[in-house]
Amino acid sequence: METTLPTAELPERHYLNQGQGIASWLLTKDHKRIAIMYLLGVTFFFLLGGIMAMLIRLELLTPQGDLLEPDTYNRVFTMHGVFMVFFVLLPVVPAILGNFLIPIMIGAKDLAFPKINLLSWYLYMIGGGLTMYAMVRGGVDTGWTFYTPFSSTYSNTHVMATAIGVFINGFSGILTGVNFIVTIHRMRAPGLTWFRLPLFVWGHYATSLIQVLGTPVVAIAIALVGLERLFHLGIFDASRGGDPVLFQHLFWFYSHPAVYIMVLPPMGVISELVAAFSRKPVFGYRIVAYSSIGIAVLGFLVWGHHMFVSGQSVYASVVFSVLTMLVAIPSAIKVFNWSSTLYRGSVSYETPMLYALAFLGLFLIGGLTGVMLATLGFDVYVHDTYFVVAHFHYVMVGGAIVSFLGGLHYWWPKMFGRMYPVFWSKLSALLVFVGFNLTFFPQFIVGYLGMPRRYWQYPAEFQVWNVLSTAGASVLAIGFLLPGCYLLWSLKYGKVAGPNPWGALGLEWTIPSPPPTENFDGVPVVKGEPYDYQTGEEIFGILGKEAHVV
Amino acid sequence: MSGIPFFPHAASSVAREVDTIYFIWLSVSAFFTCLIVAMIIYFMVRFKRKSEDQVGVEAHGSAMLEIAWSGIPLLICLAMFAYGTKVFFDISKPPANAVEYFVTGKQWMWKIQHPTGVREINDLHVPVGVPIKLTMTSEDVIHSFFLPPFRVKQDVLPGRYTTVWFRADRVGQYHLFCAEYCGAEHSRMIGTIYVMPVTEYQAWLSGGTPGKPPIQQGQELFATMACNTCHMNGPASRGPDLHGVFGSEVQLASGRAIHADEAYLRESILEPTAKVVSGFEPLMPTYQGQLTEEQLSSLIAYIKSLPKKSEAGQQAVVKPAPVKGGEG
Repeated sequence: METTLPTAELPERHYLNQGQGIASWLLTKDHKRIAIMYLLGVTFFFLLGGIMAMLIRLELLTPQGDLLEPDTYNRVFTMHGVFMVFFVLLPVVPAILGNFLIPIMIGAKDLAFPKINLLSWYLYMIGGGLTMYAMVRGGVDTGWTFYTPFSSTYSNTHVMATAIGVFINGFSGILTGVNFIVTIHRMRAPGLTWFRLPLFVWGHYATSLIQVLGTPVVAIAIALVGLERLFHLGIFDASRGGDPVLFQHLFWFYSHPAVYIMVLPPMGVISELVAAFSRKPVFGYRIVAYSSIGIAVLGFLVWGHHMFVSGQSVYASVVFSVLTMLVAIPSAIKVFNWSSTLYRGSVSYETPMLYALAFLGLFLIGGLTGVMLATLGFDVYVHDTYFVVAHFHYVMVGGAIVSFLGGLHYWWPKMFGRMYPVFWSKLSALLVFVGFNLTFFPQFIVGYLGMPRRYWQYPAEFQVWNVLSTAGASVLAIGFLLPGCYLLWSLKYGKVAGPNPWGALGLEWTIPSPPPTENFDGVPVVKGEPYDYQTGEEIFGILGKEAHVV
Repeated sequence: MSGIPFFPHAASSVAREVDTIYFIWLSVSAFFTCLIVAMIIYFMVRFKRKSEDQVGVEAHGSAMLEIAWSGIPLLICLAMFAYGTKVFFDISKPPANAVEYFVTGKQWMWKIQHPTGVREINDLHVPVGVPIKLTMTSEDVIHSFFLPPFRVKQDVLPGRYTTVWFRADRVGQYHLFCAEYCGAEHSRMIGTIYVMPVTEYQAWLSGGTPGKPPIQQGQELFATMACNTCHMNGPASRGPDLHGVFGSEVQLASGRAIHADEAYLRESILEPTAKVVSGFEPLMPTYQGQLTEEQLSSLIAYIKSLPKKSEAGQQAVVKPAPVKGGEG
């Protein structure tokens, strides 16, 4: 493997300096620039959602409701959920890392529909802008789940503006999904067969299927809430013969698969990191690839596990319980395969790898508590308690955010051509892992003690766990802010990285950092299996420049 | 000072079964977490990169291992699924001899009515050892009646009845929560469950705010709302006789037969034309908006109490509970 010389210099022309000025960004069709614009948007909404999270934790420091009014508290946790779920967790990996890397990983110059890709970003920003408008006008207090009839008949807050924001943002996700599916089907380099694709691409393919098939359903559900509010149709209003529980079916039919939208791309990131820092193929490559598709398909059949106490049929609950147990198996397979990848590897402890290991630990706990929750008799007790809150934060933050940070640290030198300081980045990985566990592990305990979620005040005996949780949130906040500081610093002062600072194998590491706008000089060809470190970069070539092409 | 709480009180046999599931899962989770973490740490140390250009040894997977680590978790999951489902069925099926209470949720309080008519708000007094079934509905949004010491909860829906049951086996005071977010004062929709010895409960009942028993209240409503003019007027009645209707199979004009349960009675009061009984005209007006949820519950309780015609030679057996003190 080549190592970078300390005298390496940035390439003269790259996507960041080909075109100057704000218009060259706002009108760009370059998937890499659009990825950077998503990075800015997502970071902004993450900060907003994070401020809300800190307000929640500060309020819950004491059992009495003393910092915020109950109405304010309800708006704060709702906006936390809405921003984090729809504007951070869903796009964070696909729209940033996926956008930047999928064309490069498959040897293409761009996505199949570059203009639609730009449109996706605008829809995302318009959706986010409308939701922010709702926030500054006074916010919304329905919870991110918008349960009827509270949202459709009783809430006097800005449900409509928020719903329209989320609705528009949904189209951003659908269009990105279509773009990825077409790109992966049609634009792979010569020789890049399906089973030579990096697992990152498999994860995004599976996620795109869910986005395209599932998002319209939540759009319909949200539209129905809007129509009910405007015209009192009586779809969800029991006093007009409607069924409030119908909304939950429609909502979770999308929103459970949406959890897999949030974790399948991160799983792809982890596969890349584990392979790169063990310098060997992911153990059981095909099984890991198939399990992504398995999760995507089964994920559509488990929505009723959110509704075990909603009044749905007892027998429906039984079916949803067993299907949920089944969807846990592909995730378990992945964890075992990633761990086994280290076996006889060449393992190094770089910052991205530390994040990947943090992911494994957190996702393990998130997954195990997930099958606990699938167990019927158990879920009746812990449903709507902090046990569930802890569980989904382990899966979604421990999954999506931690793996995103791992991926960002891995591909940052590719995106901007410079390295960040090693010490600070390793410290941030440690702070995130410790802070995260300190924040959310106590919530399992207080949840099993019976503390319901979305409580502004609570019985005094729960306090000790809430104090720990708030302390952890402070550590976690520092862990999240640190990368913001040193990554910005690195843009100007970081050491020049060179094309392949990790000695990793993949098409993205064969081109300069930062890459040129057209990504490749010529058409790349792929002649071997992914992660074949024994053969090394011989598996890649350029069409026409080589005598033999497989 | 009871120290730092780790574990909730259990006050029913169902609660202890739920705790058993929890302990089994905790053990399984601890085992797999330790296994995987130990494996990762061992590999990390044992296979640490020695030189800058060292690569890993190829190993493409193993069918045996894949089968083992999908099969074993699958078997554990299916076993736990079976156990969890068994407990879920216990939770879902109240015993036949359960005593029925009515619960109405509204923003932001719980209104509870005992079989004797005693009412209370946000508190629930129950005798120990007696199975108790709560029939619940909501006047506005969805709430969820959550009884932590018995490890049960059930969403409370507008326009529908849901039930939850428990048999407390430990005297004490416990929390009662609303678990489904219901608006501004959601976290104040809480109260206390008092599990009392039976004699103490009886004493509490007689000292409690007296109200009319639901059946008697329903009987009075049956007259004041003029239900009796059509439904209890001998063979010439314009509406079907309601004696023994509850629990029977009713032949509908549509040709379908339906099992008359609470939901059917409720619908027939609020939306009479939805299911018209065979042989009758759809004449009945709707009572939507004219009855509170509690009045509706009482009316249904009264209709349920009406015995079959053959046994109802004399009178409907309604004995008002001893009422202490006068009105207001």
